[in-house]
Amino acid sequence: MNLTLKIWRQKNAKTKGKFVTYKIKNVSEDSSFLEMLDQLNEQLISENQDSVAFDKCPVAFDHDCREGICGMCGLYINGRPHGPDLGITTCQLHMRKFKDGDTIVIEPWRAKPFPLIKDLVVDRSSFDKIIQAGGFVSINTGSAQDANAILISKKNADLSMDAAACIGCGACVATCKNASAMLFVAAKVSQFALLPQGKVEAVERVKNMISTMDELGFGNCTNTYACEVECPKLISVTNIARLNREFIHAKVIAEKERQISGGF
Amino acid sequence: MDSKLLQFSSISKKLIMALAGLFLIVFLLVHLAINLLLLMNDSGLLYSQAVKFMTTNIIIKIFEIFLFGGFIIHILVGVVLQIKNWISRPVGYYVMNKSKTSFSSKYMIWTGLIIFVFLAIHFMNFYFVKLGIVEPPAGVSVHDFYTMAILLFSNKIYSFIYILLLILLGFHLNHAFQSAFQTLGFNHNRYTPALKIIGTIYSVIVAGGFIIIPIYFMFFNN
Ligand code: HEM
Ligand code: SF4
Ligand code: FES
Repeated sequence: MNLTLKIWRQKNAKTKGKFVTYKIKNVSEDSSFLEMLDQLNEQLISENQDSVAFDKCPVAFDHDCREGICGMCGLYINGRPHGPDLGITTCQLHMRKFKDGDTIVIEPWRAKPFPLIKDLVVDRSSFDKIIQAGGFVSINTGSAQDANAILISKKNADLSMDAAACIGCGACVATCKNASAMLFVAAKVSQFALLPQGKVEAVERVKNMISTMDELGFGNCTNTYACEVECPKLISVTNIARLNREFIHAKVIAEKERQISGGF
Repeated sequence: MDSKLLQFSSISKKLIMALAGLFLIVFLLVHLAINLLLLMNDSGLLYSQAVKFMTTNIIIKIFEIFLFGGFIIHILVGVVLQIKNWISRPVGYYVMNKSKTSFSSKYMIWTGLIIFVFLAIHFMNFYFVKLGIVEPPAGVSVHDFYTMAILLFSNKIYSFIYILLLILLGFHLNHAFQSAFQTLGFNHNRYTPALKIIGTIYSVIVAGGFIIIPIYFMFFNN
């Protein structure tokens, strides 16, 4: 199929960006969205051998695994992160979701804590800072414990695994009208809070992650739930309610206990 | 107060806002119940008695302080959070977001601010009259809220705006009700869908209940 692509081009964070329109022919329906972009870049390279015009250089976009597990390939396609399909990343998006003659608008993630690096590539290291703020989990090294030493209910194990499926892609922030990172933080807090091993540092973890999230400049959740719709790993907003509970517990109950025990 | 407010974490601000909002939600039911007395065919006897009780009872007076506090906190925190949200995305998207979300949830700040404008008008018409800051309409006693209400509702333009604003309040409440529970950490596979339905029923009853009154005076009370 033949397509018109309207792509955000920007040399770096300091220069002004603009949309540039490209025509691309003979795109296979079976190719992925990233393969289509590869094809565009091949075309730009072969068409413009000697050109140094920025518009004619290949388009920069992030990707790594191309199988939906690394979370690098964030693109805002026709008004939706990861494009028009549910529960997938951009690398898992098939071109058969589009029609011959379509115009596709491709933008980078837009949020203050995700500054633009080039074209469609943004810096998501804010997420790493939140994870780092979460600190460590007290698990002894050495030989593996007996599997039955710590009992975990099937329900909680499943819920924790579901939360741990988050790949830190940032689609939740990208689609949120408030650029809130609550779904991401909720997933990262929940995966530990649900397990006995994670309970030891639970109080500090949630407080530190939330204060780092606020400092980095993410917005505030208004329970609009666009995040849940666009999350490639279908992380549920019930995790956000759990995050709120963990936070209330840390600020109110654990704080009282700390005061009673003399501030330790 | 403001700098203190800014120091609270995002979730703390949300919690404060949700609690204040839930308080306002309960208050609206009381307010509606009293207003519906206007529909009694008794020339405002019951309504005036209720108003008298509400304006003189000491417990209600104390309640009133909380109510003002609730409004001020809800609005102030709401605006502070919203400004932060706008700052969080300095460069917007070219294509408007197409993720599927509810209509009510997208426009909370706007429906909220319009309610605020309505509150101001409402205060001019009633509360400030009671306090003696604003003159009552010619020939109407300061305590005669019944006549004041009837006079306002006999004005078609006022009634039309009133109805419109209450519809917007309905949208605000529709999202607000279930949102407050989520903020407080309550989300349950079975009860949350039920809560959403209750929230919608609540907002229809509240908005609809208030709207019936001007409609009654415009069309059925000539
Ligand atoms: C009778 C009047 C009102 C009631 C009963 C009410 C109730 C609520 C409730 C319960 C919430 C949900 C809180 C949460 O989930 O954390 C909410 C949210 C909100 N309200 Fe109000 N509100 C009223 C008036 C206003 C006014 C005057 C404003 C003015 C700015 C406003 C602005 C907001 C905003 C911005 C939100 C945030 C959206 C969200 O977090 O869900 N509200 N309201
Ligand atoms: S919660 Fe979902 S959308 Fe958000 S970063 Fe994790 S995987 Fe991506
Ligand atoms: S490239 Fe790894 S998730 Fe898409």
